[in-house]
Amino acid sequence: MIDVIIGHYNYWIVIVLMMAGFYTVISRGNLIKKIVGLNIFQTSVFLLYISIGYVSDGTAPIIAEGFTRYSNPLPHVLILTAIVVGVATTALGLALVIRIKEAYGTIEEDDIHNQDESL
Amino acid sequence: MIEQNLSLLLVVVPLLAAPIAAMLPNGRLPWLLALAVSWLCFILAAWQLMVVIDGDVIQYSLGGWAPPWGIEYRIDALNAIVALLVAAIAAVTLPYALLSIEQEINKEQLSLFYSVFLLCFVGLLGITQTGDIFNLFVFLEISSLSAYALIAMGRDRRALTAAFQYMIMGTIGATFFLIGVGLTYVETGTLNMLDLNQRLQPILEHRTVHTGFAFMVVGIALKLALFPLHLWLPNVYTYAPTAISVFLAATATKVAVYVMLRVVFGVFSNDFVSITPADDLFLLLGVIGVILASAAAISQHDVKRMLAYSSVAQISYMVLGMGFASVYGLTASIVHIFNHALMKGALFMAVGIIVYRIGSSRFKDMAGLGRQMPWTFAAIFIAGLSLIGVPGTAGFISKWYLMLAAIEQQAWPVALAILIGSLLAVIYMWKLIETLFFEKAEQHEIGQGVQQRSEAPLSLLLPLWLLVLANIYFGIETQVLLKATATAVDLLGVADYHE
Amino acid sequence: MKHNLILRLIAKYLFPIIALFAFYVQFHGDYGPGGGFQAGVILSVGFIFYAMVFGLKTVEQAVPMSLLRVLASMGVLIYGGTGVASMLMGGNFLDYDLLSQDPVSGQHLGILLVEAGVGITVSSVTLMIFYAFAGRDMPADGEGQ
Repeated sequence: MIDVIIGHYNYWIVIVLMMAGFYTVISRGNLIKKIVGLNIFQTSVFLLYISIGYVSDGTAPIIAEGFTRYSNPLPHVLILTAIVVGVATTALGLALVIRIKEAYGTIEEDDIHNQDESL
Repeated sequence: MIEQNLSLLLVVVPLLAAPIAAMLPNGRLPWLLALAVSWLCFILAAWQLMVVIDGDVIQYSLGGWAPPWGIEYRIDALNAIVALLVAAIAAVTLPYALLSIEQEINKEQLSLFYSVFLLCFVGLLGITQTGDIFNLFVFLEISSLSAYALIAMGRDRRALTAAFQYMIMGTIGATFFLIGVGLTYVETGTLNMLDLNQRLQPILEHRTVHTGFAFMVVGIALKLALFPLHLWLPNVYTYAPTAISVFLAATATKVAVYVMLRVVFGVFSNDFVSITPADDLFLLLGVIGVILASAAAISQHDVKRMLAYSSVAQISYMVLGMGFASVYGLTASIVHIFNHALMKGALFMAVGIIVYRIGSSRFKDMAGLGRQMPWTFAAIFIAGLSLIGVPGTAGFISKWYLMLAAIEQQAWPVALAILIGSLLAVIYMWKLIETLFFEKAEQHEIGQGVQQRSEAPLSLLLPLWLLVLANIYFGIETQVLLKATATAVDLLGVADYHE
Repeated sequence: MKHNLILRLIAKYLFPIIALFAFYVQFHGDYGPGGGFQAGVILSVGFIFYAMVFGLKTVEQAVPMSLLRVLASMGVLIYGGTGVASMLMGGNFLDYDLLSQDPVSGQHLGILLVEAGVGITVSSVTLMIFYAFAGRDMPADGEGQ
């Protein structure tokens, strides 16, 4: 039982972050908080990928003298791409929030819904 | 050189054209570049389909690295159909977009608009061409992000909130898909779709594989607008700029259906689907989606919103076909991908012409307009017949195969649901036709000022009628499409249904 | 923030160091952690920091928006152009082996070019995002500065 918790602590951290981020997205009414929750959710997925790429007793995946065991470099590359996608999504979301604020005067979901029935 | 790099040129040509369009001055030049690129891609996609229609597979390794270590583009009949569809819809939408977009978007944003449009086009084509599952995620996000930006350029301020809601739900869906890919990567160590299929065969009972599958299916279902994850779709289709509604309604969700087909049947095979509740879930959600969405379409006051709910119902038909997991079922899904794009593209184009003339898409504002705009009205009538599934139009072919699939498996409730869906479609299309033709025309102000209740200019009518005639053509001459579909279903590894 | 002496001095001293570090990260992507995206972000952060201390107008005079649009497009075209160049030499897209006399130096040259393209695009786009957000006149709904 202890082994399940301590041995797989990376998965537990991923699950906690994922649920925290997802809950923030669906429960908070402020649009900026939704974007923050989305970021936390995406970060948990990045942690999942990188933590599974580690090879025991492996070093960083850069060729160096005297090392024979390297961690898997593929998850690192995948996550670099995914981070860029996340940055682009956040930038787009924030731009939309600025335009919504200018158009509606508020960034609270309930107020926007009262004005327009749109969110 | 073109022959050798055919599948790649489909992605690279619009990718290089997008930054060039961003640098061009505002005016007609960016539109001209986008038009030329889309027509070139249409020719390339048609060429590609001709190469793979008999069962050959094009394999292209990027950077010279052999798969499964490198990314490869793998084209078989299924990809080629969807790629041709995307290119064809873009080639038809861009002539339509010239006048429509100039009316709806500020002049200073025109070059950026066409640049982002080309990026969306690249994303959708890339999804269809690639054979690597992470590359699929990247292209999925490229197309989605550009779609959010395009939708937000609509005139109404509700376009902004529609784009925001779509962005939140779409990003959650893409992240779920990424989690699924990660879990299958943990189990197999590869990202190439063909290799994944082979490596998953011996380990199909592992719980990680099931979890990965579940995450991937839910992620794609969010992009697909499968009931009950369809909440973003009505707002997006209603408030986006008209040409973007046409383009997205005809391509974005169809490409997501293709991704679902490829992941469920191509990566995880048919045997796996039968040991999970996935096929029953597809059947259940498909039936509920068809009935509830068609019923919701009847009570709408805005034509675009009605067509959006109708789209949700039609997508549920495609998912029903997948739920049957037989040759007839998958044939119905793939054929409906093609036909629905033609139908909905034509209907949204016609509504866009009405918006171009009178500035509104509400039922009460367009009363009696059919008599003053005869060509548009005739187009709506024929596209409506196709939507209902009248023999002689393209819609009939897909409904026919769907009924065959239901009868073959003796799923009588599902067959009944399909028929009820068609009846509900008759009701809401009749509502539109009655408003346009039989009601008295009123001349009240709509609030946009100038309205012109006369027939639309030719550059808007020609693409519309091209799609309408395609509806009729593919309802009568079905050889090419059915041959390609048969090859596709065969390659997906789905055999005939046995008891 | 212009009136704060410490910030002014630090900004002026730090900006070239940040730019140098950005170029270091860019070119060391071959041998260590680094590459185009990271370097692009670090370079634009240098500009953004300067703009936060001295005002957006100062930086806009040095790097106008139109230049950024051209640079962003050029970065993508460099990346695509490298791929097309390898296609023209007879290989597949982005097949770096054919770009130079032997495969090893071809790979070096290929990676250098694509990472340069990525770095240019990322730095101009992140700076454009900052310009777009900071350049809007938004009504203040709290105390002013």
